Amino acid sequence: MDMNGIKELERRGAVRVTSKKKQQRTANLLIYIFLIAGSFIMIVPFVWMIATSFKPLDEINTYPPSFFIRKPTIAAYLELFRIIPMGRYFLNSLFATTAITVANIFFCSLAGYAFAKHRFFGRDKLFLLLVGSMMIPWQVNLIPSFVIVKKFGWLNSFYGLIIPAMSGAFGIFLMRQFISNIPDDLIDAAKIDGCTEFTIYRRVILPLIQPALASLAIFTFMAQWNNFVWPLVIIYSSKMRTIPLALSVLNGQFGTNFAMVMAGAVVATAPVLIVFIAFQKYFIKGIALTGLKA
Amino acid sequence: MKPFAKELNRQKWSYIFIGPSFMIFTLFLIIPVFASLYWSFTQYNILQPPKFVGFQNYINILFHDPRFWKAMTNTAIYVAGTVPTSIVISLALAVAIDQNIRFKNWFKTFFFIPSITSIIAISVIWKWLYASGKYGLFNHALSSIGIPPVNWLGIDWTLPSIIIMSVWGGLGYNMILFIAGLQGIPHVFYEAAEVDGASEWDKFRNITLPLLAPTMLFVTIMSIISAFQVFDAVYIMTYSSEGAVGGALDCALTIVAYLYDTGFQRFAMGYASALAYLIFLVLFIVTIVNMRLVEKKIEY
Repeated sequence: MDMNGIKELERRGAVRVTSKKKQQRTANLLIYIFLIAGSFIMIVPFVWMIATSFKPLDEINTYPPSFFIRKPTIAAYLELFRIIPMGRYFLNSLFATTAITVANIFFCSLAGYAFAKHRFFGRDKLFLLLVGSMMIPWQVNLIPSFVIVKKFGWLNSFYGLIIPAMSGAFGIFLMRQFISNIPDDLIDAAKIDGCTEFTIYRRVILPLIQPALASLAIFTFMAQWNNFVWPLVIIYSSKMRTIPLALSVLNGQFGTNFAMVMAGAVVATAPVLIVFIAFQKYFIKGIALTGLKA
Repeated sequence: MKPFAKELNRQKWSYIFIGPSFMIFTLFLIIPVFASLYWSFTQYNILQPPKFVGFQNYINILFHDPRFWKAMTNTAIYVAGTVPTSIVISLALAVAIDQNIRFKNWFKTFFFIPSITSIIAISVIWKWLYASGKYGLFNHALSSIGIPPVNWLGIDWTLPSIIIMSVWGGLGYNMILFIAGLQGIPHVFYEAAEVDGASEWDKFRNITLPLLAPTMLFVTIMSIISAFQVFDAVYIMTYSSEGAVGGALDCALTIVAYLYDTGFQRFAMGYASALAYLIFLVLFIVTIVNMRLVEKKIEY
């Protein structure tokens, strides 16, 4: 091939490369526009919530509606905490949710360990029963669980909120999958050293499954903090309400006082949002790993 | 007998470890499943003992209960309105974020925020966005482009309003699952296709979609199941002082809202149990059909 031919090829090649680069750049620009517009749509309702909660009453009903606040005020928050015991509801939610989360971490990992590493009579059948039970929608258990809790006298109490949620099929399943990956040698070595079963669980298993425990803890916390139907069914006195229940009552009784309802929504949303932003990585990894839904 | 005693001692620990979980499991799952199956054949109002009525509840629900069919229709509309829309948009988002771009984590975070917020809070916020007349943000936005205001929470629009809100709220979760699925596809496939001169669309159609089938199956089944069980949003959006869930003329009454109304406001626990088992049956069929469909597709 002569010199000119190669030059010609180079020229053509160069042209192709730049046009491809250009194409790539337009594509990327479109992707950014799509994602930024989408993010904007995701954020607007929350910005509107926060803006409304800091507006004085006369600014809420001005036309046209505006994100700009002329005289920011925390009046709505003060009113919220004065009219309903929001602090108490916050503590109710915090206590019930924390207790459920701690119980789940403990009981699910304990059972998961037994299913993964012990051999005992009926193990596989029980495990199958557990996995199969995940197919059953919660509506099927709702009414009998309510009746059982009522029989125990646990209606309208922390017992009723906490005890039925202290362990779960999915948590046990998740723990078993993780613990199965731990080499048997580690457990055998601990046995030879004379460790009891509980010491093995505490000293060998627990430290090795911390990432899985973190995922389970985060998701249990989120799901329980946002749980609505169960408290709705078993709580009937004002002072035992949880945050979602309080928000629903706020919506029912003070639905027209939008500043106050939005202040309530901020109080309900803020803790979860803070936890989410602090543990973002675990969340997104955890979902991708397990398909768990908060 | 010594090895036997030792074996027994070892097994004892296993049962102690699974004990607490199985006590809860038995009390709040196994017993309830059978209790509600039995109650579905009875008339039961909690105060008096259940009275056996055979298949009467099921017959009444299926043949003499217009509210049940209204609820089923609304639920079907809700599922059809949310699931495909959400899957298409969240897949597009996942593909966009999976490209070679910056600020990936920021975008993921923004889209995921609604998924961690309680549906109660979201519904309360959206109720304010949907506010009728000129003060509502949506109506204001519409009027600024010349569209007359919509009565978002009126009889005709309540269900579509809940659908729009749910699609918005569920995007992030599906998107994360799709991104995980996309990252599981080996790069060599795309490289080979590029050598063969495949276009972006060819690659998406012939590599991404088929290899994403397991994720797609999971997302589809989970989305249908959770959409079918929609309740919290309906409860808040249709709340009125009369206490009936589902809105005026049952315009947004979904099947779980109907179950709640039957069981916990009218205390017809037997009838509500029969409703619960019908929900169970529908979801079971949905899961099986979906799995069969995908099996066929993968086999070809």
